[in-house]
Amino acid sequence: MTADEAVGRLESGMTVGIGGWGSRRKPMALVRALLRSDLTDLTVVSYGGPDVGLLAAAGRIARLVTAFVTLDSVPLEPHFRAARQSGRLELTELDEAMLMWGLTAAAHRLPFLPVRAGLGSDVMTVNPHLRTVTSPYADGEELLAVPALTLDAALVHLNRADARGNAQYLGPDPYFDDLFCEAAREAYVSCEQVVDSAAFAPAGGPQTLLIARHCVTGVIEAPGGAHFTSCAPDYNRDEAFQTAYAKAAADPVAWGEFAGRFLSGDEDDYRAAVAAFTGEGA
Amino acid sequence: MSEGARTGVTRAEYCVVACAEAWRGAGEILAAPMGLVPTAGARLAKLTFSPGLLLTDGEAMLMGDVPALGAASRVSEGWLPYRRHLALVTGGSRHVMMGASQLDRHGNQNISCIGDWKRPDRQLLGVRGAPVNTLNNPTSYWIPRHSPRVLVDRVDMVCGVGYDRAAAAGPSATRFHRIPRVVTDLAVLDFETPDRTMRVRSLHPGVTPAELRAATGFPLDVPGDVPRTREPTHRELRLIREVVDPAGLRAREVPR
Repeated sequence: MTADEAVGRLESGMTVGIGGWGSRRKPMALVRALLRSDLTDLTVVSYGGPDVGLLAAAGRIARLVTAFVTLDSVPLEPHFRAARQSGRLELTELDEAMLMWGLTAAAHRLPFLPVRAGLGSDVMTVNPHLRTVTSPYADGEELLAVPALTLDAALVHLNRADARGNAQYLGPDPYFDDLFCEAAREAYVSCEQVVDSAAFAPAGGPQTLLIARHCVTGVIEAPGGAHFTSCAPDYNRDEAFQTAYAKAAADPVAWGEFAGRFLSGDEDDYRAAVAAFTGEGA
Repeated sequence: MSEGARTGVTRAEYCVVACAEAWRGAGEILAAPMGLVPTAGARLAKLTFSPGLLLTDGEAMLMGDVPALGAASRVSEGWLPYRRHLALVTGGSRHVMMGASQLDRHGNQNISCIGDWKRPDRQLLGVRGAPVNTLNNPTSYWIPRHSPRVLVDRVDMVCGVGYDRAAAAGPSATRFHRIPRVVTDLAVLDFETPDRTMRVRSLHPGVTPAELRAATGFPLDVPGDVPRTREPTHRELRLIREVVDPAGLRAREVPR
């Protein structure tokens, strides 16, 4: 299916998990399709990068569940900052480990999982709904009970996938993409290349087959679909483009021009505009 | 004339050595430094008094070599993607040196936002892993510009948990909680006081007690006989300048 078809199956108000980490292997083609749709009022769960920035700038996020938002080589995400500083974004701020255990609880159909994190910090203060749980064993420890982060849909981007939804990552880090898919009722996997299943083994060992088809709803072939974030080893982060993004995001007029140039058309238009931008810098 | 002025040791080099000392005697644990000077410190520690340390390449690999700052690692000795890194945090085999946008006298740290959390004046990174770090493995801090804006009376959002907040949260919070040291561009500080509040462990050569007090946003006792941060050995100085940081990147964080 196409990215637009995948997004066409989502609804406003859904809880959507977005894979990747910071400005690394984000499903940006799917995020750009979200921006082209009229979906709104989303709860987004993400180890945040420009996915969060773009959706926040477009006013699509009702609530963000995250531990951070960063562009990695550019530490602070300008759209996220602007949205927070203007009070436009409802935030559920969790610790990195809490987010992982919340997704894990959802994947295992558990209501919560205990974690030694959050206690004593203001994560508890800004999330007054959080509860603790006392160990039923002799230690009697009181730990934080992270509620399951069950997702209506997960969006992830990997290097390779077959048409049935088995997906392979070839970079150094799986991030939490399999967990996002397992925590979701529907998962959409975009990939650099759709391949025959026979191509998986020669490309990498069995541990590179990160996502299994039983938890995948749709596969989208999207070459360059993580741009401008990294998708190692297929490509690194496009630092020149990211710098231009961050610079434009800091000013409404410049952002209007940037969005008009890169985000007003479809994915083919995006690629053509990026190619022209890259040519200018060469 | 200070000892440093006589020997030509820069402030950045004192800071590298002070950071390295955080990992002395640590054994086979992960040294997780954030920032250039702590990274140089961790590498110096591994090359000298803590050869068992594990180091990451900043991505998903454990380095089997000790490259210079900014250079690529050529040998991998292990795999440490983010979720295994989180398991290592909670298993305790790690000593992280984090940054801090704000840090108070109890060791509470903030990297999330400045001002009211509901509508911050300045949104920063978010809590990241600070809550889980501080409750599970030793967490030190690196402050490249010691000032009253960073060393504050009260942080706006407790991300890294300090001694008072851990104690109030109970035994599960204090069980593995430890903040061994705070290294700044002016001094080394710790919490080895009866009430677990910040204490000056050593002043870097060339720093006066008055200068340190003026740069700190809460009353800080600086005894007249406070020690000076130790000198690097000749070998350490050579390693910093020729092996760990030949490009001199450390001066970007601590210019003077």
